[in-house]
Amino acid sequence: MSKLDSKIPEGHISQKWTDYKNHLKLVAPNNRPKIDVIVVGTGLAGASAAASLGEMGYNVKAFCFQDSPRRAHSIAAQGGINAAKNYQNDGDSIYRLFYDTIKGGDYRAREANVHRLAEVSGNIIDQCVAQGVPFAREYGGLLDNRSFGGTQVQRTFYAAGQTGQQLLLGAYSALSRQIGLGRVEMFNRHEMLDIVKVDGKARGIIARNLVTGELERHSAHAVIIASGGYGNVYFLSTNAMGSNVTAAWKVHKQGALFANPCFVQIHPTCIPVHGTNQSKLTLMSESLRNSGRIWVPKKKEDAEAIREGRLKPTQIAEDDRDYFLERRYPAFGNLVPRDVASRAAKERCDAGFGIEANDTNEGVYLDFSTEIRNKGKQTAFAQGDHNPSDEKILELGKKWVEEKYGNLFQMYEKITDENPYETPMKIYPAVHYTMGGVWVDYNLQSTIPGCFVAGEANFSDHGANRLGASALMQGLADGYFVLPYTVSDYLADEIRTGKIPTNSAEFDEAESRVKETINKFLNNNGSKSVDHFHKRLGLIIWNKVGMSRSEKGLLEAAQEIAQLKEEFYKDVFVPGSSDELNPELEKAIRVADLIDLGHLMALDALQRKESCGGHFREEYQDAEGETLRDDENFNFVGAWEYQGDDISKEILHKEKLNYEFIKIAARNYK
Amino acid sequence: MASKFINISLKVWRQKNANAKGAIETYKLDHVSTDSSFLEMMDQLNEQLINERKEPIAFDHDCREGICGSCSMYINGRAHGPETGTTTCQLHMRSFKDGDTVYVEPWRAKAFPVIKDLVVDRSAFDRIQQAGGFVSVNTSGRTMDANAIPIPKDDADKAFEAAACIGCGACVATCKNSSAMLFVGAKVSQYALLPQGKVEAKDRVLNMVRQMDEEGFGNCTNTGACEVECPKGISLENIARMNREFLKAALSAE
Repeated sequence: MSKLDSKIPEGHISQKWTDYKNHLKLVAPNNRPKIDVIVVGTGLAGASAAASLGEMGYNVKAFCFQDSPRRAHSIAAQGGINAAKNYQNDGDSIYRLFYDTIKGGDYRAREANVHRLAEVSGNIIDQCVAQGVPFAREYGGLLDNRSFGGTQVQRTFYAAGQTGQQLLLGAYSALSRQIGLGRVEMFNRHEMLDIVKVDGKARGIIARNLVTGELERHSAHAVIIASGGYGNVYFLSTNAMGSNVTAAWKVHKQGALFANPCFVQIHPTCIPVHGTNQSKLTLMSESLRNSGRIWVPKKKEDAEAIREGRLKPTQIAEDDRDYFLERRYPAFGNLVPRDVASRAAKERCDAGFGIEANDTNEGVYLDFSTEIRNKGKQTAFAQGDHNPSDEKILELGKKWVEEKYGNLFQMYEKITDENPYETPMKIYPAVHYTMGGVWVDYNLQSTIPGCFVAGEANFSDHGANRLGASALMQGLADGYFVLPYTVSDYLADEIRTGKIPTNSAEFDEAESRVKETINKFLNNNGSKSVDHFHKRLGLIIWNKVGMSRSEKGLLEAAQEIAQLKEEFYKDVFVPGSSDELNPELEKAIRVADLIDLGHLMALDALQRKESCGGHFREEYQDAEGETLRDDENFNFVGAWEYQGDDISKEILHKEKLNYEFIKIAARNYK
Repeated sequence: MASKFINISLKVWRQKNANAKGAIETYKLDHVSTDSSFLEMMDQLNEQLINERKEPIAFDHDCREGICGSCSMYINGRAHGPETGTTTCQLHMRSFKDGDTVYVEPWRAKAFPVIKDLVVDRSAFDRIQQAGGFVSVNTSGRTMDANAIPIPKDDADKAFEAAACIGCGACVATCKNSSAMLFVGAKVSQYALLPQGKVEAKDRVLNMVRQMDEEGFGNCTNTGACEVECPKGISLENIARMNREFLKAALSAE
């Protein structure tokens, strides 16, 4: 299929990237200032790409909808970033990181891309330390590591529970340096609302200045989309309120295929839903599973008593607790991958053992009491006290926990008004990350020449489930260490092109598409707010394209979303005007694209008649309720081609996945 | 967690745009869950305004978990409201009582002009960062191994505590002089404490302070309100460290 040429280079997996990189075309330094590059989004992928390309000498324009590039949602990542440094001497290697990521993704990711990611992972840590990123250190002054789900080594680097913040501020500092030097022009409070193609190539964007409302034309020789994931299709997710699919979806509408939209990560440890006015869900970092044990009561009557407030979790005896992850998956215990942990929690709650007194009784405990006791005792011994009192143990243990996870415990207490040092946290799975995204080849180029897609916005590295601490790794790998090479290779043929004019028919057309959408919303005069429709969309998708999916549910979802779309365009009310700061208009444009995307997710989940990673089809499970993959028929990337306003007409293309270096096997964490 | 509902009055700063004259408007909002965050309460108010076909209140917000630094409300005369160590998005309505009147205003500072309603322009912070808030290292990935220079844990921890600043601007909003010295001091300190930052320490502090002054932020008179209102607990020590760095650099400047 000509549409999907992954361009994976020949050679042994460990040599592919090195050999390939050595043969890519270059642009000489004197030619780089003649070339313009646009970067949309300033999270880890976007900021690092913009900084790197600016530093190389290209003219870079970077765009973010936030008031500063430092506020992109990468900032909220908590737990850490993986790198195959083997500083802990526990048997880690590039191969193991590669293998863990492929297995964690349930054998639905591309080998070559994932190996490259593992190869450059070490450089990321070197680079960040050189930039002054204050990672956690041991008393000897060297970098500390911890474990994350789906691995049996300690390869996760971290900065308390604010690793994403520190890495993003590192990338932001590199970007700021280039802005200061005049090599990157930064457009804060600007949103990309369409891509412009000239002769089939990406040649620019239409952006809206969110303060003045003005539509602006920006041309370039290449466009990089690093606009993040689409978790907000569920309305309630751990994503920031502004996170959206619009940039990626506009590219899709102009011809870029959209891959594996049904692959969504539901993160097991989030604070449960509390009420109908809730606007978002808050993650409790996976790093907590290093120290916390997940359980529900063994007896249904205990769960019921807890929900009714008659019993406290601390009153349940050890023997009456069901540590269900340790019971089902002894080899990995509480550190199984996210999809596995989430499904196991859902299974217990569906069976009536949930402990949260909300509408759905959905919640399980994440308990730190064992760790507090263990670490308290260890610390006392280390201080020379070999006979510590109970009180002393608890005091020292709490201090140890505070040092590791202080900000997370504080965040939990602020939201729930409960003290997690004294009583276990209540948690439940929530939408967190989207593995699907714009289809890209090995160069991270979409099916539109000159349009590259990086970070969470592309589909490439995590298969059907992403391992913890790998999103930060991928964002920075794409921006610092992949795009500078592959984009240059593409731009090598552009040195004679000259400046792209913005007064062409193609720019006129793209701008009028945007104008039409804006006018439609502002003149619609409907009766319901954008949020009203967004919440309804979220409910349909959460219930039918969420943690558990069935043919019947998916068919219903596709139909309900199509109806919702019709109603949305008929009845949405967007106040204000187009020539001012208008958050409701921004939301309307984003929700319109999320509705279409949601429809496509249902279609994608419907065609994938197997269970893998985060995609669980009720019809395809084994006797123990584990996912049942179908490698015979579904070992492919499903990439969809836009066919116009009716999403049900999209055409599916398949990129077969070849496993040359890893033996494809059932995923086993037992 | 038994949720309760309260009815409140809101007095909110409304301003059409940067050039318009603003005023306080009064709104009544019923049935607010005490489990809601302050911003969820604002969402509820906006939903009510939209249903009344009025224009909703513009405010900055994004992550809603206290880390992006977008939210920026001055609530009842305090930056980010009555609780300490919180951003507006982490403030919950259980901090208010039934029948309360709540005043909501934007950050007030010459260097943070109002864009609309509660939204202000904080791009001055970006420009200060661009003046020197970085280590000049190219992104080649071919630097030395990350463990080549051991850094004492204490220094690394202090650098991290300074780097935890979210750039929200509460320090400026709460300061009677509208000084940005806690923000700048935190960034200067992060690098001053790490060996990677030492090479450019002199230029960094001089350039960042120059930019800070050009942006129209006031001076520090050691009141300490910034430290009290900082949602991330950034310490005043960072201002002292910046002053030392500045003095060192200024005295040794050629």
